Amino acid sequence: MAMKLLEGSEAIAESALVAGLRFYAAYPMSPSTELLEHLARKLPQRPGGVCINVESEIEGVNMALGAAATGFRAATGSCGQGLALMQEAIAEAALNETPLVVFNMARNQQDYFQATRGGGWGDYRTITLAPKDVPEAVEHAQLAFHLADKYRAPVIFMGDNLIARTQVSVDLKPLDLEPLPPKDWQLDGTSGGSGRSRQIWTWGAGKHNTPGPGPSAHWARIAAKFDDVAKLEQRHEEEFTEDAEIVVVAFGSGGKFVEHVVRDLRTEGRRVGFFRPITLWPFPGEALERATARARRVLVFELNAGQMIDDVRLNVVDRRRVVPIGGVSFDESGLNLGPLMHANAIRERIEAHFEKAAA
Amino acid sequence: MSVIDTIAPPEAPSQKVASFKPRLLQSEEHGLCPGCGEPVAIRTVLEVIEELQLAERNIAILGHGCYGSFVMLLDVDSTLCLHGRAPATATGVKRMRPECAVWTLQGDGDMVNEGLAEILHATARAENITCIMLNNGVFGDTGGQMTAASVLGQRTKNSIDGRDAAYHGYPIPVANLVASLQGSAYVARGSVHSAAAVAQTRKFVRKAFQRQLEGKGLSLVEILTMCPTGWFVPAANGADYMMESLGKTYPLGELKDVGEV
Ligand code: SF4
Repeated sequence: MAMKLLEGSEAIAESALVAGLRFYAAYPMSPSTELLEHLARKLPQRPGGVCINVESEIEGVNMALGAAATGFRAATGSCGQGLALMQEAIAEAALNETPLVVFNMARNQQDYFQATRGGGWGDYRTITLAPKDVPEAVEHAQLAFHLADKYRAPVIFMGDNLIARTQVSVDLKPLDLEPLPPKDWQLDGTSGGSGRSRQIWTWGAGKHNTPGPGPSAHWARIAAKFDDVAKLEQRHEEEFTEDAEIVVVAFGSGGKFVEHVVRDLRTEGRRVGFFRPITLWPFPGEALERATARARRVLVFELNAGQMIDDVRLNVVDRRRVVPIGGVSFDESGLNLGPLMHANAIRERIEAHFEKAAA
Repeated sequence: MSVIDTIAPPEAPSQKVASFKPRLLQSEEHGLCPGCGEPVAIRTVLEVIEELQLAERNIAILGHGCYGSFVMLLDVDSTLCLHGRAPATATGVKRMRPECAVWTLQGDGDMVNEGLAEILHATARAENITCIMLNNGVFGDTGGQMTAASVLGQRTKNSIDGRDAAYHGYPIPVANLVASLQGSAYVARGSVHSAAAVAQTRKFVRKAFQRQLEGKGLSLVEILTMCPTGWFVPAANGADYMMESLGKTYPLGELKDVGEV
C-alpha cells in the first residue's frame, strides 16, 4: 500500500480501522482528543461503525466493554486522570475476559503504574504496548486488538503527545498476524431459550444448566493465562548492549530520543548501549537481565519521578547499579513532554555518568 | 354400554397440568428470601420477552443486587456489569446488536446511587434500550441500608431512626427524572404487591419493550418490590408495608408514553 502523510492520531485511528474497529467511545482530553475527533468522523462512515462522544470516561469504558462483549472490536481512549477513572472497568474486562482496547495517549510517562499495574480489583495484569514513534504506533494499534482477542484480555496502547501530533508518512497495510480462535463466547442474543444461554461475568458463574467453572477455578485459570502472557509476549529492542559499560533503559517516545543519543555517542566511541521495553507489561525482564549483565551502570530515563525503574531494579542483578536519569518534566502548556525530552538534555545526563563511572 | 372402571388408574391424566415455569427460566429454585418481590418481577419480564418472541434475540445487562443470584436461572444471553453502569454497557451492546432487544436490570441502589449519571445520559441519548429498576428502597444484598431512593421516615440499618430529610436528604424519584428528559419513550411505575399489580406491571413491561422494538427511545419500568428481610418486617407483611411506605412516595402508573401522543 502507498505511504500516506498523516498526523499520529489520525494514523492510529486509521490503523485501528484497518484492524476492524467498529466501536469507539471516548471523552475529550488532550492529547487523546484528536483520536476521538478522527474516529467521530470516520467510524460512522463504516458499515455498522459507531463512535460515541461520552459524558464521562466511566461511561465510555463501560460502553466499549459492552460493545466488545458482542464480539466486535471496540475501544475507548483517554490519558492520565481519565485512565484513572477507567481502572474499575479495565479490571472488570480482565476478569470477565472481554477483549477491550484502551488507547491511552498519555501526556508524559506518569501513567506507567496505572497502565501496567492498574488500580482495579482482582488478580489481573494489563498488556501494555508502548510505541516509540508513529510507524510503530500504527503497528501497535493493530497488535493491540490482536492480543486482546488472542487472550480475551484488556490491552492498553500507551502513546503520548509527541506521537499524537507528529506528522509522518505511514504505511497502513494490515499486519500479517496469526489466526485467532473463534469468538464462541460473544453475546449475540440468539442462545436464549435453548437451555445453553451465555453469561459473561467476572465470577465465572454461568447459568443453572451450564454452571460455569465458578469463581475459584475461573480466577485460577485467568491467573494462569496472565502467566502465559508474561512468558510469551515480552517485546523489547536493544542496541550495543554486548560490550556496553553503560546501558540506558527508556520507553515510548523517550526511548526514541535515547536511541538517537546513544547512537551518536557510539559514533564517538563511547561504550554505551540502549534497551527499550516495547511491552511495559509483560516487562521484558530476562532480556534486560542479559543485556545489563556486564554493564557498570544502568541508567533509566523516564518522564516521571521513577516508575519503570522499579521493574528495571527487579531485573538487574545488582540493583545498586540502577540509576534514574529522567524526572518530572512539564512545560507551560501542560500538554507537551517538557524540557527533558531534548536530545541535548538526555546526552548531558548520560555523559555525567561516564565521568562518575570512571571516577 | 361401556362401564368405567373406577379402580384402575386412568391411562392418561385427565387434565394436563400446565407448568408455571416460564420457558426462559431454567429452574424455579432460587435463593432469594421468602416474600421477596424480585423473583416475580423478573419472571414477569421474562414472560413478556417470550410473548413478544424475543427469546432468541435479546441480551440482558445486569447490575448488582440480590437478583444477581436469580439471573443464573435466566435462559437469556447476559452479562453482569459494574454497579450503576448497566445503561452504558447496554449502549455498547445495543449499538452493535441493534436487531436484539437489549434490557437492563438494576436495583435502586445500583441505578439511583451509583448509576444516576448513566441512566440519565442513556436517556438523553435516546438509547433504544429497556431499563428495569427493581425498587425496594434499600440495599437488600448488603443487609438493608439506606439508598438514594429510601423514602422519608424509612428505617434502615444506617438510618435507624428513619430517613430524615434534614440529615439524609430527600429520595430521588428517578423515573420522574427519566420521564422529564426528551430521550425517553416510555416510563411507568408498577409493583408486585398483588396479583392485580403484577398484571398491570406486565402491561407496562410489554409496552416498554414495544417502544424499543419501534425504535422510539429509552423505556424504563420501575417496579416496587418487597424486601421483608431488608425492611425487618415479617414476610407476610411485606406487601402491605411496601404500599404504606414506598407506595406513597412512588405512585404507580404510567408517567410517559410517546406511543400515545
Ligand atoms: S434481602 Fe430483600 S431484596 Fe434481597 S433477596 Fe431478601 S427480600 Fe429480596
